[in-house]
Amino acid sequence: MYGWQGKILSIDLTRKQSWTLALPEETYATAIGGRGLAGFLLSEAMSCDWDDPDMPIALMAGPLVNTPSPTSGRLCVMSRSPLTGAVGDSSIGGKLGTMVKRAGYDGLLITGKSASPCGIEIQDQECTIVEASALGTATTAERLRRLNSRGSVILPGPSAEHGVRFANLVADGHFFAGRGGLGLIFVSKGLAYVMVKGSGRTPVFDRKRLKKAREDISRLIAASPVLFGEHGLASIGTGTLYDLMDTRRMMPTANFRKTHFSAAPSLNALALARAYQPRKSGCRGCHIQCKRIAPSGQGMPEFETMSHFSALLENESLETVFEANALCADLGLDTISTGATLACHSEVLGRRLSPAEILDQIRAIAEARGNGAELAQGSQVYARTKGKPEASMTVKGLELPAYDPRGAYGMALAYATSTRGGCHLRAYPISHEILRKPVATDRFSFQGKARIIKIAEDVNAAVDSLTACKFVFLNASLEEYAEVCSAVTGLPWSAQDLLTCGERIVYRERIMNARNGFSAEDDDLPERFFREPGSSGSGFAIPPLDRQAFLEARSRYYSVRGLTTDGLPRREQAEALGLPWKT
Amino acid sequence: MEDLIAKYVDKLDRQGLSAPEETLLGFLDDTAVWSRSTPATRELQRVFGLLAVNSLLLARPQEPYRTIIDCLAAEPGEAITPNDSETRTFLHDIPIVRELSAETIAAALSRRKCAILPDHGIVTAGSVSPEQTFIHFSSVCFASFVTFFSELLESARSGDRIPRRRREAFAQAVSLLPEMPGEKAAHPYLVRGPFLNEAAVIAAMDQAGKEVVRLGLVDSFFGNISYRLDNTIYISQTSSSLDELPGCIDPCPVDGSSTAAVTASSELSAHKDILAKTGCLAVLHGHPKFSVIMSMLCEVSDCELRGECHRRCPRERSVCGFPIVSGEVGTGPFGLCRTVPDAILANGAAIVFGHGVFTTGRQDFTDALARLVHVESACREDYFRHLKGMLP
Repeated sequence: MYGWQGKILSIDLTRKQSWTLALPEETYATAIGGRGLAGFLLSEAMSCDWDDPDMPIALMAGPLVNTPSPTSGRLCVMSRSPLTGAVGDSSIGGKLGTMVKRAGYDGLLITGKSASPCGIEIQDQECTIVEASALGTATTAERLRRLNSRGSVILPGPSAEHGVRFANLVADGHFFAGRGGLGLIFVSKGLAYVMVKGSGRTPVFDRKRLKKAREDISRLIAASPVLFGEHGLASIGTGTLYDLMDTRRMMPTANFRKTHFSAAPSLNALALARAYQPRKSGCRGCHIQCKRIAPSGQGMPEFETMSHFSALLENESLETVFEANALCADLGLDTISTGATLACHSEVLGRRLSPAEILDQIRAIAEARGNGAELAQGSQVYARTKGKPEASMTVKGLELPAYDPRGAYGMALAYATSTRGGCHLRAYPISHEILRKPVATDRFSFQGKARIIKIAEDVNAAVDSLTACKFVFLNASLEEYAEVCSAVTGLPWSAQDLLTCGERIVYRERIMNARNGFSAEDDDLPERFFREPGSSGSGFAIPPLDRQAFLEARSRYYSVRGLTTDGLPRREQAEALGLPWKT
Repeated sequence: MEDLIAKYVDKLDRQGLSAPEETLLGFLDDTAVWSRSTPATRELQRVFGLLAVNSLLLARPQEPYRTIIDCLAAEPGEAITPNDSETRTFLHDIPIVRELSAETIAAALSRRKCAILPDHGIVTAGSVSPEQTFIHFSSVCFASFVTFFSELLESARSGDRIPRRRREAFAQAVSLLPEMPGEKAAHPYLVRGPFLNEAAVIAAMDQAGKEVVRLGLVDSFFGNISYRLDNTIYISQTSSSLDELPGCIDPCPVDGSSTAAVTASSELSAHKDILAKTGCLAVLHGHPKFSVIMSMLCEVSDCELRGECHRRCPRERSVCGFPIVSGEVGTGPFGLCRTVPDAILANGAAIVFGHGVFTTGRQDFTDALARLVHVESACREDYFRHLKGMLP
């Protein structure tokens, strides 16, 4: 095989054993890698409780990783989410994916439970499971320092040790497997870290063809204002979206009670850059380099984090935004869920949290101390406990990110249908509704959005499986990546082939979620969006979403996706996609 | 959905690309809506079942594109590969499909955004909006035009035998070329600057943008336009059409206080530097065809950088006194923002190899548009001057 290594390293922490799992090429050709391969390997076990030793956690790279393919060094982490109970996955950057491929594997499949904290250390073909009690509940940065690895390390933080449902995994200090509580899965298995160092190469079928395909994509990246323009991700980082979201009147403010934050101009990416003088950084093999690192070594907040720790909490302190982000990184907390849960708490209290309270509450959550123990369950459980379920701005229990759906109706539909809950990345309609790529669509209309969202979900499932960076697809497309994939693997991929794989991957996730009780009732938005308007202004009216129009669009989506009117998978559709059907 | 279909059928007609009675445009959400019913509708409906797209267009191009594309497609080969910037960046190549069947169309569109169907026209697809099908269709017309005229001149200059079919098609295409507007006739009513408030700036940009499109100096959603008012540059947004600018202009403060203009044109940096270096207030950028064609005509046959002309040309080149520079779209290492601002200083116009023309206006768009028209007129005259006596 080219591109794929043809081997998965399977590790049982109960028995402290590891072995190689070889999959046929047809499996790779239909699942691709990353999210697709993880879904394929986890689908049977996905009905286990998240903390059942038999519930695996998969860390899967894609066929393009560790090749000269552009922006393709990522890795997918997947298990069942402790926060939502749905499929829980995350695409993580850094160098972990590259190291897994260099070690000779397409991924790691970890099951079982260690009686005491352990670490998995992989050096090329050698895998050892070592005692790791000494790491205790130190911060992620301290754990990383103690491990002193030259390879790549992924680990949870102390928040996972304290049972926080939205605890992250942190790789190489600055890259996060966020959303859904994957850090808690590590802790439930007694797994303190995974360290990988590899030295091998990934075979490429046609390097000359790959070079040409790479040039085509590089040209598209350079031509994209959002990627490489003066205000693009390469120049400013993801924080560049901050001003745009506010001017478009869709910046979630005061726990989504408003969509405009008057203090935003003093808290934007340029203000952060002036205050902290960060340097550029990013994933291995990527020339966009969208990450920013402060001279202190702390990562700068990404767009979602900036927005939620400022506007969502009505916090006007730039320092608090920076400190909150740094705290979350050290404690291993998902910044979106942390910010949104604190905003929910603020609404329950009926007052703003002061900057000091924000930072104190983050520590309390990570330590499950005082009311932090309640907040650590996530905003849905917390709000319900407090008798104010409407204050939780979640879909399927996952806190919503920093795009208010009243300002982008495709985003409204995409939040609802996402298989991992309130997630902007499954379809990312912001690309056309706000960023005008590939062309602009009417952001205040559901017209045509059902099929647009379905196709975009399939595209992004393929991208997460390749495992490439989604940002590149703001200007490139699967047309160009099919050429890359063909050059790397030697198989004749077309864009449509990749889309078909993407459709299968999404449908499998719908099947897994349906088995765990998810249905149309869960493909819905918080009531607030249908009842309350956003903050109109700057020439934009932001009325509440029309409930009927939303439901009709969702119904069309179900039809296009091949689901029942209740949002459940259909046997014929599953079999047409080559997915096994079990009653 | 019907309104979007009607909009783009009308736009294809107004821009002289395809007549409504020869245009078949479909848009699919859970059910498909078509601009009309023809024998091909059923076949395209089946394509929707084979491809993850939501828009399909099959249309016969108007003249002179029809003659040109029919000629190019009649020659052997599975695709044509134009060398202009639009094709290189966005289309890569244009496949030729020899049979109007759902399967063959789907096979071509599963790899590329568009394809030529000889005797039937051009088929294009979009996954977000029917606008994509319009853009791809327009780009195929543009790229085919540039390729056809460029290749003929190259062949004539190098003494290659030009097949009779090509010669006849060339004569036919030339006879169908629209007249070049006179430089003064083109813009007598453009509003005069300087413009002193945002509303006046946007109105002037809207008027100038529509005029650039009306004069055929840009195709699809390419081209861009800017104006500086105090410390703000107003610039057309990325993927905006110059004839639909209201609501698609980004104010970009030059003091570095906001990044809200992340949706601005990919050429924001070039515009910003041009405005700063020249002291002018207005910049226009279009893709006039003969300027693009003449920019690619190079007399150095043994250049060590042949094939790299769009990125780095080691020579100082010009056509009709206007500098030709290399440079790709955007701000990459070979971005045109690194070459155009200096080149435009001399006489307010610069041509980018295989791409288009930038011009400046001192206080408004009057002189910028005049320069754009002048460059294109001069290049068109120069094209036929080069060809004089070379064809039998």
